[in-house]
Amino acid sequence: MKYMNIRIVIYGFIMCLLPVCTQPVFAQQALTAEDVLERVDRNLSSGTRIVESSMTIHGRRTSRTITSKGWSQGDKRSFTEYLSPASEAGTKMLKLEDQLWIYTPAADRTIQISGHMLRQSVMGSDLSYEDMMDDRKLSEIYTARITGKDTLGGRNVLVIEMTAKVNDVAYYRQKAWIDEERFVPLRQEMYARSGQLLKRTDLTDVERIQNRWFPRTMVYKDMLKEGKGTEFRVISIIFNQEIPGHIFSKASLR
Amino acid sequence: MKKFLLKGILHDRGRSLVPVFVVAIGALLTVFLYSWVTGAMGDSIEMSSNFNTGDVKVMTRAYAAEADQIPNDLAILGAGRITEQLKNRWPDMDWVARIRFGALADFPDREGLTRGQGPVAGWAIDLLSANTKEPSRFNLPGAIVRGAMPSQSRECLISEELASRFDVKPGDSFTLFGTTMEGGFSFTNYIVSGTLKFGSAGLDRGAVILDIRDARSAFCMDDAAGEILGYLPVSYYDHKMAVAVQSRFNADIKEFAPDEEKMFEPVMLTLKEQSGMAELVDYSKAISAMLIFIFVAAMAIVLWNAGLLGGLRRYTEFGVRIALGEDKGHIYRSLLWEAVMIGCIGSLAGTAAGVALVYALNVKGFDMSGYMQNATILMPSVIRPAITPVVYYIGFIPGVFSMLLGNALAGAGIYRRETARLFNELEV
Repeated sequence: MKYMNIRIVIYGFIMCLLPVCTQPVFAQQALTAEDVLERVDRNLSSGTRIVESSMTIHGRRTSRTITSKGWSQGDKRSFTEYLSPASEAGTKMLKLEDQLWIYTPAADRTIQISGHMLRQSVMGSDLSYEDMMDDRKLSEIYTARITGKDTLGGRNVLVIEMTAKVNDVAYYRQKAWIDEERFVPLRQEMYARSGQLLKRTDLTDVERIQNRWFPRTMVYKDMLKEGKGTEFRVISIIFNQEIPGHIFSKASLR
Repeated sequence: MKKFLLKGILHDRGRSLVPVFVVAIGALLTVFLYSWVTGAMGDSIEMSSNFNTGDVKVMTRAYAAEADQIPNDLAILGAGRITEQLKNRWPDMDWVARIRFGALADFPDREGLTRGQGPVAGWAIDLLSANTKEPSRFNLPGAIVRGAMPSQSRECLISEELASRFDVKPGDSFTLFGTTMEGGFSFTNYIVSGTLKFGSAGLDRGAVILDIRDARSAFCMDDAAGEILGYLPVSYYDHKMAVAVQSRFNADIKEFAPDEEKMFEPVMLTLKEQSGMAELVDYSKAISAMLIFIFVAAMAIVLWNAGLLGGLRRYTEFGVRIALGEDKGHIYRSLLWEAVMIGCIGSLAGTAAGVALVYALNVKGFDMSGYMQNATILMPSVIRPAITPVVYYIGFIPGVFSMLLGNALAGAGIYRRETARLFNELEV
């Protein structure tokens, strides 16, 4: 009788705990692809951002590293100043809406980049101007569906396929491997409408920064050209700090 | 006999003038067609050689593999030393370093902001050295529409079409936005010294020509060159000569190799091995040979007929001569000698007229630009007939041999002539 009572108590305890233990699992199962994208956006997007970064471009003969400091406000306004090497230092880029200007001290000119030039590589990297300019939230430009689960770099990931729901998007389709727990993409593959794989990005060194998960290292690979890709490292990043309006003006280019 | 026959030809013009005239026309047309076809085909190849391929071209292996994309990150390093070595080894050839590039030309407004911009295809060549042959190789002085040749650093030439599109005139400045050899930003300001019209749509759409020293500075290509071109000391491309130079260079490649890595070793390609040129060279040879064969054959048939008719016209004369006791063999031989003489005189006259005509056209050229407005391949807009040693004798092939053959066939009838039937024919 005594053992019977103990079994009932234990059974009752387990039954009580069961809903609590399984709640995240069920909740996660209930997540839609759109929910996942929104959580990703919460990690990667911000009102404003100030980033100091280095970009290592692996050429066929040499590799070189360019450092820069960037200020951005939402997905409409951004300003970048290149700090090193000496040949690039002082070059500045300003993005306002869908327009892009570059100022170069070498020619003391401000040049607008438009049209097909936006698809060209930035400084021989695997990134195009279009890639650098498009900072919109994934949930705003893609519809998504979860196609499976996998593991990547020892992390459980959700595999998500995204299809563009707007016309002015650089990549019609994307496939992303999203960390199931942190909601940060660990790999992204970008495809053309034809199905051709155009670019691949591997995101690593995910850290907790200002109460969000953020990848400090991103390796971009243009799949249409040879090479080891371009490594983008975040040296420092500050989210949601107020940025003076004059930063995003043509006057700040000179 | 020959002297007698010659006197007959010269004095009896009623008998010889028409055949001489026909032969002369045939020889003239043969000389002209040969010269025209050779010139047109040769000029196309020559223009490709001058602008793009050289007779031979040295590049790194990696650059050569992607030459169509102009990958300047794979350019030859130590280009000065390699050029010197090439000059020492083949001193009779002209060796020039060049950089080709694609860039964006940005034309500013008064405030220095972008007013207009367009993609350009650039050639950086030796424009400013004292004895450079590059401007004449590109026919730059002749192609200038407005302005003048660059006389100092940071001056350049742009195509007239590009200048018109962006309302640019000589003296205006613009920024060339390109990529350095390492892939960095390259922004350089240039002054337009003049505008050009080559007559080839592919070039006229957006060509920029600047001095190679400026390009080296702009694209961080110090002592580097995308390509080193070699020009043989002959008028038209000679594949055998080019292959001989190439074989020796590639055999000695180790001496030149400035880089440990194989892909950056210099390699030499002949004109024929570059971007579709094999097809053009073979096609032009085949087409010119075919055209010339067809025309010479056609002229031979015409002149053979002339000879045949001439022989038949004199059927009665042969009968009378046989009746007078002249040997048939003698008549036949005299007929053939006459044919040779008429053929030679006509061919000589026709060749002289033909050579004079092609000389005149060679000097003036024939402007075909009106027919090439939408052409995208590199072709000269002014076609000039070629004056080669062949033009001095090609007219004699149909002129003499066809005349001889026609008369030989017509004269065969002499041996079938019978004196008994002769009086019947003469209605005596």
